[in-house]
Amino acid sequence: MKRYSAFAIAREAMRHHEGWERAWASPEPKRKYDVIIIGAGGHGLATAYYLGKNFGITNVAILEKGWLGGGNTGRNTTIIRSNYLQDPSAAIFEKSRSLYETMSQDLNMNVMFSPRGVMMLAQTEHEVRGWKRTAHANALQGVTTEFISPRRVKELCPIMNIDGPRYPVLGALWQPRGGTARHDAVAWGYARACSAMGMHVIQKCEVTGIRSEGGKVRGVTTSRGDIDCDKLGIVVAGNSGHVANMAGFRLPLESVALQALVSEPIKPCMDVVVMANTVHGYMSQSDKGEMVIGGGTDGYNNYTQRGAFHHIEETVRALVETFPMISRLKMLRQWGGIVDVTGDRSPILSKTPLENCFINAGWGTGGFKAIPGSGWGFAELMARGHSTLCDGFELDRFREGRFVDESVAAGVAH
Amino acid sequence: MSTRLARGGRLIDRARPVEYRFNGRRLTGFAGDTLASALLGSGQMLMGRSFKYHRPRGPVASGAEEPNALVNLGEGGRFEPNQRATTTELFEGLTATSQNHWPSLDYDVGAVNTALSRFLPAGFYYKTFMSPRPFWKHLYEPFIRKSAGLGKAPTQPDADRYEHFHHFCDVLVVGGGVAGLLAAREAGRAGARVLLMEQTAHWGGRAPVDGDRIDGQAAEDWVRHIVTELEAMENVQLRLRCMGAGVYDHGYALGYERLTDHLPGADGPRHRLWRIRAGRIVTATGAIERPLSFAGNDIPGVMLASAARDYAVNWGVSVGDRVLVVTNNDDAYRTALVLKEAGLDVPAVVDARPEGGGELARRAEAAGIRVLKGKAVAKAKGGKHVTGAVISSQAGEGAMLEEIACDAIAMSGGWSPVVHLWSHCGGKLSWDEAGAMFRPDPDLPPTGADGAGFVIAAGAANGHLMLGETLRDAAEAGARAVSELGATPASPGALPAAEAPEEAPLFPVWMMPQGAGHELRSKAWLDYQNDVKVSDVRLAAQEGYESVEHAKRYTTLGMATDQGKLSNINGLATLAQRLGTEIPKVGTTTFRPPYTPISFGAIAGEARGETFQPIRRTPIQDWHEARGAHFEPVGQWRRPYCYPQGGETHGQAVAREIDATRGSLGLLDASTLGKILVSGPDAPRFMDMLYTNMMSTLKPGKCRYGLMCSENGFLMDDGVVARIDEQTFLCHTTSGGADSVHAHMEEWLQTEWWDWKVHTANVTEQYAQIAVVGPNSRKVLEKLGGIDVSAESFRFMDWKEGVLGGVRTRLFRISFSGELSYELAVPASEGRAVWDALLGAGEEFGATPYGTEALHVMRAEKGFIMIGDETDGTVIPQDLGLDWAISKKKTDYIGKRAQMRSHMADPERWKLVGLETVDGSVLPDGAYAVAEGRNANGQRKVQGRVTSTYHSPTLGRGIAMGLVLHGPDRMGEVLDFPKVDGEVVQAKIVDQIFFDKDGEKQNV
Repeated sequence: MKRYSAFAIAREAMRHHEGWERAWASPEPKRKYDVIIIGAGGHGLATAYYLGKNFGITNVAILEKGWLGGGNTGRNTTIIRSNYLQDPSAAIFEKSRSLYETMSQDLNMNVMFSPRGVMMLAQTEHEVRGWKRTAHANALQGVTTEFISPRRVKELCPIMNIDGPRYPVLGALWQPRGGTARHDAVAWGYARACSAMGMHVIQKCEVTGIRSEGGKVRGVTTSRGDIDCDKLGIVVAGNSGHVANMAGFRLPLESVALQALVSEPIKPCMDVVVMANTVHGYMSQSDKGEMVIGGGTDGYNNYTQRGAFHHIEETVRALVETFPMISRLKMLRQWGGIVDVTGDRSPILSKTPLENCFINAGWGTGGFKAIPGSGWGFAELMARGHSTLCDGFELDRFREGRFVDESVAAGVAH
Repeated sequence: MSTRLARGGRLIDRARPVEYRFNGRRLTGFAGDTLASALLGSGQMLMGRSFKYHRPRGPVASGAEEPNALVNLGEGGRFEPNQRATTTELFEGLTATSQNHWPSLDYDVGAVNTALSRFLPAGFYYKTFMSPRPFWKHLYEPFIRKSAGLGKAPTQPDADRYEHFHHFCDVLVVGGGVAGLLAAREAGRAGARVLLMEQTAHWGGRAPVDGDRIDGQAAEDWVRHIVTELEAMENVQLRLRCMGAGVYDHGYALGYERLTDHLPGADGPRHRLWRIRAGRIVTATGAIERPLSFAGNDIPGVMLASAARDYAVNWGVSVGDRVLVVTNNDDAYRTALVLKEAGLDVPAVVDARPEGGGELARRAEAAGIRVLKGKAVAKAKGGKHVTGAVISSQAGEGAMLEEIACDAIAMSGGWSPVVHLWSHCGGKLSWDEAGAMFRPDPDLPPTGADGAGFVIAAGAANGHLMLGETLRDAAEAGARAVSELGATPASPGALPAAEAPEEAPLFPVWMMPQGAGHELRSKAWLDYQNDVKVSDVRLAAQEGYESVEHAKRYTTLGMATDQGKLSNINGLATLAQRLGTEIPKVGTTTFRPPYTPISFGAIAGEARGETFQPIRRTPIQDWHEARGAHFEPVGQWRRPYCYPQGGETHGQAVAREIDATRGSLGLLDASTLGKILVSGPDAPRFMDMLYTNMMSTLKPGKCRYGLMCSENGFLMDDGVVARIDEQTFLCHTTSGGADSVHAHMEEWLQTEWWDWKVHTANVTEQYAQIAVVGPNSRKVLEKLGGIDVSAESFRFMDWKEGVLGGVRTRLFRISFSGELSYELAVPASEGRAVWDALLGAGEEFGATPYGTEALHVMRAEKGFIMIGDETDGTVIPQDLGLDWAISKKKTDYIGKRAQMRSHMADPERWKLVGLETVDGSVLPDGAYAVAEGRNANGQRKVQGRVTSTYHSPTLGRGIAMGLVLHGPDRMGEVLDFPKVDGEVVQAKIVDQIFFDKDGEKQNV
């Protein structure tokens, strides 16, 4: 892998950029790999990357039915934070956030992690108490957050109306090292690094079946033939139920559309990420200048990767009320992705009833921020059979009632 | 240089000059101008700067597809960035400034990026700015952010208002060109309810500009007649300045009507959002011309041939004195003819087709225009405006054959049907090899719930670019729409006869000249606004960004405010060429709503400020407001938190309210409390499933405190249930939970127990409910009179119906404060009168209204749980010591099976206790009790947490409740609760009932 740098750009500029090599190779699938990961989204690619980097397992194929990073990795609103309430959540999201801090250098691809700070508004007395509780929990979990006053909210985000007549801002949970990153670059950076380790990132290769023998996984059937493996990781947000079904087990999750939208680009006017759960909306400004906006999930199960307009309306209404100056900006584009939501709004990082088959699913509306932490933990789980980062997120927890419930703190979407 | 012609301009009124300002300069246009046509008429070709390289930019189009001519429009509360000058109608006093430059439009420092462009290829920022690490946040990123963005951010609140329309029709026709008009007429004649919308201020689309004839009339006259006919139809509605913004599932469509953008300050809303349910949607949205990819095709003065023609015909504006036309199809000859006729010089038509064109080409030659066949523009010359063009063979690499001096270039690379609305909801496209365009695939339309297609593309939007075909297709579309809806199409009249010249086939040209080398490719623009060039897309492909989505995201092709209306097809053709594959194999990116950007104001509509959400008011709300209550939002209610008097702080007010209530008499407006009636022969059975308690044994006239769990066993709501009669229960829920509890009941009834004979009704707002609380509560009710409230005849947890003080009342003897207490429910219309009567009768007892905070403190003093404080979706009743409320006799209730799971029965679960700080202070909200050591992930171990914490005025100290590991077995133990800053507060585990442990006050 040729390194990216300012010097490399200068060198290539002298020869019309004809020397840049492919970011990732496009190999033909082999007959067998040590590990197959189904799904070349952020989580799948990160899993493969840490299998190689942390455990030296590089005979790995990542199979993708479409284009890599084309699911929720390339559709989300790129918010990164770790101010979760429950211990298992805070552990994996904070690990993830800290990996984002050094990801550009680690992958030698600028993923533009921007720790601009994330605030989650409190607009009811109940929310005030909830965020204060989270701040207390975070302090013990090693996550730096604080509950800040409305005045400080206004200082950090001057375009916000904190005195709205209906839901005045009573404070906020503030995570100064939360932020955003360039979502596509995260997928591309991992894909490039995996490819450089000799792994096979295989796009347009749809898994149509999972083969097993004596309760153990044997391999997969794909649109490009049968491929064998010793271990299999299923990392297919939005399609987890389908693929788990191929492996012979069911998942306790529902697939729903989550929508997002952007405005036309304007000059910088907002330096922080703001989430307002009471009124259901969140917003940040991208480096390109667009206001990036999201809200709650659609109310019905759906695989179409598009949603109903009334959710857009609800979200925009909330944000026009919170940021009155956006009223005269325009919505440039809206889109949707399919998220797999579990009963406790927490992911599944687990062994499965099929031996040597592992599943990483159920990140719901908050998967992007978890990509590196999820990859780190899931790779360890696949390589060693156990990871403390995955503790608590086992599939069995639903049978035992051992939920990691974040809905209490996370609100509708994240 | 562009200028106003002496004659012509079908849309302008030369008798009505209009003054406006651009970059502070006072200029004049005419009524009917767009800002772009007016600026061109004033000789102002340069209108903006591009996003990345800050290249000088003039308009390249004349309509909604314009990527370049974006301005900051208006001032103050009517300021708006990124307005397209090409679709902004000129009005008196309009002020606009150009965007994205410093210090000025003409001299922009950012243009240095052009000089550096070889160092700034597609995606360069992914490859650098990585070290040293802190520089990204503090140096690189702030710099990138500042140089990105286009228009300025508005700084003031919006001065306008917006509204929504809900509309239902049989056939929605989008697009008011000849195809849309004809389709609407077909549907209208068949009696269908038709809505026809056109995004511009004029009917007819391109036909009047193209100069063809329909039914022996000029297209313009034909349009006027058909509009008159449509206007006369009662079942047809016509809307101008109304864009079809999006198509969604189930025949849902969005219309975006701009009512006063051209009349700022006029009465009424600025924009109106139409939310439409249509049986069928006919998209007659026309087609958009494509640029040609040659070097220098972004220099101001290079524009679409159709735009140059529009400016001349519609607005009487010439885009240059010597306009070179370059094309791969016949249509651009129309532009050459129009300009020639206007007296301008057309030095040549450069036609990339070796055989040249058809009838129109012959007319051009007859008009004395030189036609160069098989030739190309190798390079446009100029800086801030075009000065000439280098001509080469299209088949070659760009060797100069001659140079032609010109001050504008009109280009045409063919036309792309506007398939956006067809595609929004899943309609598929097919590649038309002959027309070199994607067109709707009639076999794969977006489908509705019945599996049938609900969108029908018509005319040019369906790939029929010739006038005759357009009209035939549109008539068919209109007839098909009504017949699919089960109506009979009107008897087919004669199809309007089109008189348009025969056109020769187009010749696809994706790079001009075909063999252009790197030098030319790196100056051939695809996406004008985002500065994406042919070389960028090729680089993306070279680096493995082969999927059209990867190429888009890596280069930003098609991500600008025009969303690739001009650039996408050229871009993916470039990608296909570089990959050595066919265009349809590359495919398109996804078409997403809206068609062009729509204002957030319009989306939000009237919902802002006080009416941002529906507001729910209790019958006593006016009194609270008059009394100066401090409110807190509870759902869509606004409940009094406390009633400060004089200079009281909230804390002082709460303490006073509690003292008065515990000492004598307090009144609470409890109307927000959820009230749901459950009725029917199976109601007792249903109630036993809903609640953990045995409700079927409750006697009429009695109340019982009940718990409701989710399917997962967690406590979700609580409240007092009163049995009204054998078949009827009244369930009180929390204020915030009423709607969700009602939905929960209905979900079970409708999906699981659909055969049970039970009805539910949410009657929350039908009753005003008032809690009468305190030692003197009985006395005040006795004063009102009418219901016997004596201790003997009206016991705790009884309820009675009667006439209290002249008002039909349900009276409950229940208590959430530990005091002698009643709650009375009266018809909502009587609520205020009863409240006033209670205040009057209670005056001698110092009757004191109290708010939600006093309510909370008093319940905490008694150790009563509060849903949302002691519960958070992870707590089961057993955690809260509420085992007594869980029936052991019932075989089942919602949540029972879940509560039997191993983790739910785990003795290690945290249990509810009281907490008292050692120093009497108030424990911080949500603090955790730490245990020794850290877990495997390095997190401090914890053994409990605070669920409720208050200052108790009654006890004069802090009290709290919390969930603690083995808590009830550890009475007297002291726990450490660190604050966020690490300072530790110590608290002792105590009984959770802090006040009147034996309930003596309540049971008197």
